[in-house]
Amino acid sequence: MRKSVFLGLAAAVMFGTSASADTLETVIKNDHVKCGVSTGLAGFSAADEKGDWQGIDVDVCRAVAAATLGDASKVKYTPLTAKERFTALQSGEIDILSRNTTWTLTRDASLGLNFAGVNYYDGQGFMVSDKLGVKSALELDGAAVCIQAGTTTELNLADYFKANNMEYKAVTYDTSDQTIKGFEAGRCDMLTSDQSQLYSLRIKLAKPDEAVVLPEVISKEPLGPVVRQGDDKWFNIVKWSLFAMVNAEEMGVTKANAKEMKDSKDPAIQRLMGGQGEKLGLSDDWSYNIVSQVGNYGESFEANVGSGSPLKIGRGLNALWSKGGLQYAPPIR
Amino acid sequence: MSTQQKGLTPGKPPIWNDPHYRALFFQVLLIIGLGVFLVYIVNNTLANMEARGISTGFAFLNERSGFDILQSLVPFSADSTYGKTFIVGLLNTLLITALGIILATILGFIIGVARLSKNWLIAKLATIFIETFRNIPLLIQIFFWYFVVLRAMPSARDSLSIADSFFLNVRGMYIPSPVTGDGFIFTTIAFVIGIIAAFIMRRWARNRQFATGEQFPVFWTALGLIFGLPLLVFVLTGSPLTWDLPVLERFNFAGGTRIIPELLALLIALSIYTAAFIAEIVRSGILAVSHGQTEAALSVGLTPNQNLRLVVIPQAMRVIIPPMTSQYLNLAKNSSLATAIGYPDIVSVFMGTTLNQTGQAVEIIAMTMAVYLTLSLTISVFMNWYNAKMALVER
Ligand SMILES: N[C@@H](CCC(=O)N[C@@H](CS)C(=O)NCC(=O)O)C(=O)O
Repeated sequence: MRKSVFLGLAAAVMFGTSASADTLETVIKNDHVKCGVSTGLAGFSAADEKGDWQGIDVDVCRAVAAATLGDASKVKYTPLTAKERFTALQSGEIDILSRNTTWTLTRDASLGLNFAGVNYYDGQGFMVSDKLGVKSALELDGAAVCIQAGTTTELNLADYFKANNMEYKAVTYDTSDQTIKGFEAGRCDMLTSDQSQLYSLRIKLAKPDEAVVLPEVISKEPLGPVVRQGDDKWFNIVKWSLFAMVNAEEMGVTKANAKEMKDSKDPAIQRLMGGQGEKLGLSDDWSYNIVSQVGNYGESFEANVGSGSPLKIGRGLNALWSKGGLQYAPPIR
Repeated sequence: MSTQQKGLTPGKPPIWNDPHYRALFFQVLLIIGLGVFLVYIVNNTLANMEARGISTGFAFLNERSGFDILQSLVPFSADSTYGKTFIVGLLNTLLITALGIILATILGFIIGVARLSKNWLIAKLATIFIETFRNIPLLIQIFFWYFVVLRAMPSARDSLSIADSFFLNVRGMYIPSPVTGDGFIFTTIAFVIGIIAAFIMRRWARNRQFATGEQFPVFWTALGLIFGLPLLVFVLTGSPLTWDLPVLERFNFAGGTRIIPELLALLIALSIYTAAFIAEIVRSGILAVSHGQTEAALSVGLTPNQNLRLVVIPQAMRVIIPPMTSQYLNLAKNSSLATAIGYPDIVSVFMGTTLNQTGQAVEIIAMTMAVYLTLSLTISVFMNWYNAKMALVER
């Protein structure tokens, strides 16, 4: 009897401490944001020659650090393979997962996680060797396909080949590095992944010109940052850090003009550049810090994956809603 | 302790002071404590996961998996369940472990004996083999066999081939697969009968030798029974066997049996690495048999060959088997490095993809751990049994 009381008590203590852990508090105490990124995917998250992490996914982490700690550089990065990423977040090893992760029902509803938005609208594509002379994925019946384990890619691929009554052999690797090596060694006829990632994998090839990306896009891959379920305060902070970047682009606030814009007469810009922080549990200059240190969404896009990068990906679906794209952030008010 | 004895000992202390009962009491207490602690941990984990919105339980095993697996010993498709991915991964792990153990043992014995060879060149080559493969980390060897050797292989169109029936290329090895026709069953039956007959013959020959001292060519007779008999039946029933040859198609070969390069690379790396250790065990086992034994054997007129087979090896085995067990256990556990090159073993498939798609880490890791525990215990139990059997030979 006494034992079961003890049990209940102890369970309640454990339960109480771990389930309602306040991520913001932890972040402030540690003085850095722990961010899970890829093991290296140019444009999204990759360490440069100096060992600094760069990329559109990295910028989300930097924005959160700027918002919470006032310094975008206060981020500790943890490179994760596709397989490891959710466990790392669930177990509290990282505070945010920002690693080209597709928002799906299963992941949102059964992993104890929440998706805080979409920072890149993507879709799955195929890359084949030039030598094959293939023009469409529908000519690939019987092909061997290199993929990465633990991704939506694996599932979409199975669906696509089944729907088109085609056979294939899936060669499944752990990291994108191995995947690209397998493809290069000729282990498979094609490599499939989110289309944006195909471009960044392609530049890793010894001879990028010998690989072509096929026109088919076979799935919807909304990629975005993920947080643990059950900490709404932190969820809001990550969500609104991303929204602040998109809103800044919409209002024409950039890294360069952020300081002047602080004195803008436009009430919407005034709200973006100051105030509102308290509601999120942050200081009032949270969004100013984001824009002045990380830049707006468009700037981050162009510098990392767009015209200012080797990937040269067009805005496409990722243009602002007002320019025919899907990037649309709720208003800051 | 019997009651009679108790009665005879008048100064017997009360039960709570009896060391025997005391020890028992504390052991029971410990087990209860451990059990309660375990239940507590499990309950606590489940409660915590529930509170965080993480699914728990084993219901996921019946859900559709939705992904494909490169190599499967049982029929599998994306429509199969997650439970089936467990089976497929498990069988692939067992396959690589069994093949690896067999190959590593054969190779290890050959090299171990070779290192003791009187031929300078052979002995040196064996030493170089052992020192090289024992001292390079296994993962690097796996990568070498997979990425470096694989890259050097020709494409499907330019495959290396033997007699247009065996092919080797970057996609793996293709061998003809036998297709049995009507009446092949008789050959199979003859084979089984041959094995049984060989055993009976061996026992008869041994008894006769004990009784009369006369020897019988056991080896050659057994060979004849096990292979000759079925061959005879096979020919008599009209050779009911054809071969399905691999044929080149648009992307690759179809037909025949395909051995994927992931399996080949992993098998080669695992068996060479383990063989290097086994070779050293074999060498030390043989050296442990004192030279006096050999001298005695030769002086009673045994040939050097008989000496090796009847005197040295049986005694060396007693030294060899115990450390061999741990090499086998290592091989079984090292096979989980499969995931590095995409060989679909249980770690790669079940603890990798299935875990990631379902997110049920606790259940899946527990199941995978149980697999390795069972596998290791089975190997240990078998080797202990074999060890005990060999030890009985001691007189
Ligand atoms: N968006 C997909 C795929 C994500 C993914 O992992 N893609 C690979 C591309 S091959 C990757 O980013 N690899 C980088 C790494 O392993 O660190 C998902 O969320 O499941």
